Amino acid sequence: MSVITLSRVSKFWGAMRAVDDVSLTADEGSLLVLLGPSGCGKSTTLRLIAGLEEADAGTISLGGADVTHLTPAQRKISMVFQSYALFPHLSVAENIVFGLRVRRVSRAERDARLKRVADIVGLSHLLERKPSQLSGGQRQRVALGRAIIAEARICLMDEPLSNLDAKLRHEMRTEIRALQQRLGMTMIYVTHDQTEAMTMADRVVLMRDGRIEQSGSPEELYNHPATAFTARFIGTPPMNLLRQDDRLIGVRPEHVQIVAGGDHAARVKAVEHLGADSIVLCEIYGQPISVRLEGFSKVQPGEDVRIAWDAAREHHFDSKSEVRLDDIANEDRLAASSQ
Amino acid sequence: MVAHRRPVASGMTDTAAASPIPQRRAGAQAWWNAVNAWLLLLPAAVLLVAFTHYPILATIRHSLFITKRNGTEVFIGLDSYQGMAADPIFWKALINNFWFALGTIPTSIALALVMAIWVNRNMRGRGFLRLAYFTPTVLPMIAVANIWLFFYTPDYGLLDQLRGVFGLGGWNWLGDPSTVMGCLIVMVIWKEAGFFMIFYLAALQQLSPDLDEAAAIEGASRWYTFRRITFPLLMPTTLFVAINAVINSFKLVDHLVIMTKGGPNNASTLLLYYIYEVAFTFQDSSYAATLTVVLLLLLSAVALVKFGYLDRRIHYQ
Repeated sequence: MSVITLSRVSKFWGAMRAVDDVSLTADEGSLLVLLGPSGCGKSTTLRLIAGLEEADAGTISLGGADVTHLTPAQRKISMVFQSYALFPHLSVAENIVFGLRVRRVSRAERDARLKRVADIVGLSHLLERKPSQLSGGQRQRVALGRAIIAEARICLMDEPLSNLDAKLRHEMRTEIRALQQRLGMTMIYVTHDQTEAMTMADRVVLMRDGRIEQSGSPEELYNHPATAFTARFIGTPPMNLLRQDDRLIGVRPEHVQIVAGGDHAARVKAVEHLGADSIVLCEIYGQPISVRLEGFSKVQPGEDVRIAWDAAREHHFDSKSEVRLDDIANEDRLAASSQ
Repeated sequence: MVAHRRPVASGMTDTAAASPIPQRRAGAQAWWNAVNAWLLLLPAAVLLVAFTHYPILATIRHSLFITKRNGTEVFIGLDSYQGMAADPIFWKALINNFWFALGTIPTSIALALVMAIWVNRNMRGRGFLRLAYFTPTVLPMIAVANIWLFFYTPDYGLLDQLRGVFGLGGWNWLGDPSTVMGCLIVMVIWKEAGFFMIFYLAALQQLSPDLDEAAAIEGASRWYTFRRITFPLLMPTTLFVAINAVINSFKLVDHLVIMTKGGPNNASTLLLYYIYEVAFTFQDSSYAATLTVVLLLLLSAVALVKFGYLDRRIHYQ
C-alpha cells in the first residue's frame, strides 16, 4: 500500500521549474531515495512533501489523506535536515523531546520515550551536553533521535550524511537503514550520492532538471538504465558510453576485459588501484573507457592492450535524445545467450 | 663551515633529547614571545591608560580636593561627597535618570526586536522600511532635537495642532514638569529603537532558517518558536543592546541642552547634564569630579552584572 503519493506536482521559482510535473509513490515501510545532481529539484520535492514549500500544481497525499494545503505540523511527519537544525542552546535531551513538549506530552511519558530513543541512537550518556560539545556523528544521532521520538510513520531526510566523513557515513548509512526497517517507517531520503541510493533504497527516483529521469529498484537502474543520464549517474566508475554513429554504446567497466586478441585496440592512460580491484582508464578510438579488473592490475600507463566485452552486456542509447533504444532486442539476445 | 652539535646531557629523557630545540633556547623563545605580545598590546594599552584609566584616577583624586582662585589645591577629604549627599538637585537628577532609564530601555529594546522581526521577512519595500527605521540614528542629534522641539512647541507645534483637531487647548509639553520627562522618553525611544533594530536584524540573519522549519515540523506555533528558540538565541544581542541602552540613558546631554536645559525646575535634569552644568556653568570642577565618580560607580556596577552574572547564563554561539 502506498503511503506517500505525489501526483503531477510542480513548483516554480519565477521562470525556473524547480519541480516539474513529478508523480511518485512510496510503499508503506519502504525507503525511497530521491537521487540526482545538485539543483535537480530533489530537495524541493522533499520540502514540498514536508509542507515547507507549497506546490504550485498537483496534489500530495500522505497515508491516503490529501495534505497539499496543510501545514508541516498537520502532516504528522518527521524530518532530518542536512544541517541537522539542532537548537544550539538546548541540551541533547531537550532537543530530542522538543516536539513532545510542544504537543504537551506528560513528563512521565516524555522521560520514558526519551530513554528509549536515547538507547536506540546511543546517546544515553550525552543527554546533558549541548550540540556544540558533540562530534558530527553524535549531532547526526541527535537529529535522528528527534525524528523518531515522535513516532511519525513518515520520516523525511534531506542529505543527512553529507556533513560526515567517509567512514562515519558508511556506518550511519547502515544504521539509518536498520532503524528504518526496525521501526517500520516509510522514509524519503534525499541524496546526491549514488552509493547511498544503491545501498539503502528499496526504490530510487532519479531526478534531473526538476523531472523524474527514471524510477525503479536500485538493480533496475543499474542493469537497465532508461537513459544515458541514468547510465552515467549510477555506478562508480560510471558506465562507459562510446559514441558510434547515431547511437551511444554503453558498457559497464566490470564487463570489459583486457584479453590478448581482444576485439579493440586500446592504450592505457592511467591505473587506479582500489585494493580489491583496479580501474584501468584506457582510450579506444579517441574515446575514454574504464575497465574494472580484479585484484592488483599490473598494466602500465602507456601500454597498448586489447580489450573486449560481451555484446549481450551492451546498452544502446540514441545519441540525440539519450533514450534507451534496444530494450526488446537486447532482452532477446540476453535470453538467447543464457540458454 | 662545520656545524658543531652540542652533546646531549646524559640525564635527559628520550623525548627531551628528541626535541630539536635545547632547553635554554626554548626559555629564550618564551621570553621573546612575551616581549612580542607586550609590544603588540602596547599601542592599545597606551591609549587605554592615557584616555581611560588615568582620567578615572585623576577624577577620583580631584574629587578629594578643591582648587583655589590662585590655582593651588587644598585637600578636603570627603567634604564634596557630604555636600553631594545634601544636594537636592543631585538626588533629583539621579531619580530622574532612574525613571528615564526605566522609561526608555525596555520599550526601545522591545520595539527594536519587533521592528527587526518585521523587516526580516520577505516582503516588498523591505529595504525602504529598514532605511526608514534606521533614519533616526543617521540624523544629527541637534537636528533631531530641533524637530522634536517643533513637535512639542505649545499652540502651533505638531502635537498641539493635533489636539486642536479634537478641540483641546494648547499644552506646554516641555514647560510642564509633569510632561517634560515623558516627552524626552518618547523622543529617545524613537531615536534608539531604530539603532538597536540593526543589531537585532543582523542577529536574526545569523540564525539558520532550518531551526524555524524544524520547529514548525514539530508543531511549534510561531509564538512558541519565538519564546523557546529565537529569543534565547538572540540573548547575546539583547544583552549587548541593553548595556548600550543603559550607557546611553546616562549619556544623554545634547538633547537637554537644546530642548529643556534641565528645566523646568530641574524636572528633566539627568546626571550627566548636571555634571556638565556644575563643571562648565558653575565652574566647580571639584564637585563635578565628585558627581562623575558616582556616574562611574553606576556604570561599573552595570558592567559587573554583565560580566559576572549575565554572561554565564547566556548561550553564545
